[in-house]
Amino acid sequence: MASRFSASLAEPVARLVEEFNKLPGIGPKNAQRLTYHLLRSPNEEAKALAEAILALKEKIRLCSICFNITDRDTCSICQDEERDHSKICVVEKPSDILPLERTGKYDGVYHVLHGTINPTQGITISELKIKELLSRLQDSSVTEVIVATNPTLEGETTVMYLQHIITPLGIRVSRLARGLPFGADLEYADDMTLGQALDHRQEF
Amino acid sequence: MSPTRNYQTQAIVIKQSKLGEFDKIITSYTPEFGKLKAVAKGACRPGSKLGGNVEPLTHSLLLLAKGRNLDIITQSQTIDGFLALKSDLWRISCGLYISELIDSFTMENSENRPLFDLLLDALHQLCQTDGSEIVLRYFELHLLHHLGYRPQLHRCVTCDSPVKPVVNFFSFSQGGILCPHCNSEENHHCEPFALYHSAGEKQPKNLTQDRFPGAISAKSSFPLSVDALKVLRLWQDCDYATAKRVKIKSNLSSELEQVLQCYIIYLLQREVKSVAWLEELKSHLDNHREEN
Repeated sequence: MASRFSASLAEPVARLVEEFNKLPGIGPKNAQRLTYHLLRSPNEEAKALAEAILALKEKIRLCSICFNITDRDTCSICQDEERDHSKICVVEKPSDILPLERTGKYDGVYHVLHGTINPTQGITISELKIKELLSRLQDSSVTEVIVATNPTLEGETTVMYLQHIITPLGIRVSRLARGLPFGADLEYADDMTLGQALDHRQEF
Repeated sequence: MSPTRNYQTQAIVIKQSKLGEFDKIITSYTPEFGKLKAVAKGACRPGSKLGGNVEPLTHSLLLLAKGRNLDIITQSQTIDGFLALKSDLWRISCGLYISELIDSFTMENSENRPLFDLLLDALHQLCQTDGSEIVLRYFELHLLHHLGYRPQLHRCVTCDSPVKPVVNFFSFSQGGILCPHCNSEENHHCEPFALYHSAGEKQPKNLTQDRFPGAISAKSSFPLSVDALKVLRLWQDCDYATAKRVKIKSNLSSELEQVLQCYIIYLLQREVKSVAWLEELKSHLDNHREEN
């Protein structure tokens, strides 16, 4: 694709089209549109975009405590004294923290595993931040670990493994409730979800 | 829409991967079409009607529409979710291992109904509490049978003489038993495996390196005890109920595991990824039991 463009386009334009084209969800047409948009826009705007991209790669690193993405050594959540540091919510990836924070119902801290146990893909505990979680549990006053992995088979495998290794430490392990999502239809619910929704039904 | 565009099939989901933001590619094993890859649109959305029915290790009824490239799952209903299997870490891992075996050994659009029945049966068996190791070995042995790699366990594959009740050898390249005489003539010994076997030790952690296909060359063979041979012969021609009645000590169990898994790796010419996890988990669970 790039070679066809580069024959008819100026080199810097062709190069940017090619770079945009590598991004997820952006095809050749979209890449061209974005490139021409930047060509027409003021210098400052293009510069701001370039700087933002550079800063992203230069400044972002993982929090030394919870492995969330941050621009400092420890992330703002881990630094926050107001939060309850005796509760740790374990999530698969940094982007899972945002929806949990949006609920406004959680005041503890987090731990990002950066994946789930997926034996068929060869991802086992050594690839995840499980060892780091265990060392965190040993030298602090943590009383509860809330596992918030996705309700998939890999997520369940991870929950069960964590429960297996953390419970003997005398720390409570809980996980997010499974049940029917808001706006769902009972008729189309799968057995596992419906079964668990029944098991964990709530009194009004 | 013409009626031929839609079709219905039973399927056991063996793998899934993400496609774009909300869709999933579902790999399943079906009785009519063998391995089948299809798209489940919107399966990642919270309110998806497909979501839970197309999770791995689920036996579902699928309605599919022919697509340009991959077919599209339009409706689904769970027949059996194997909930007992999914509530136990060890049994989930066993389930993932057998689904990986099916995925690695089969091609798309190649019907093999006995293999579908074998997979379904194995998942049902794994839902029961006891004998998961036996289920895995039985599954491996019969998987090989249905794929055309049934091991020859009654006569020497080279000289065709009946196998005597002494320590014989299993030849990976010839898919069967070599009598001690033929084995020494061809000098086939496979050192790493022979060492574990004779010492009766637990497999070391770094076995993955030794298990690398390079280690199992065309000339490799594996010493097989009389007991192991007897058990394999019995399992080849019996059902699960009989297979589970056999009492197997841990030494014999690891011998059977090694010979079958090495043969599988030799045939695939690559590792089965979930074996590493099964081993890690097994040693973890054993340690846990000892501590208690």
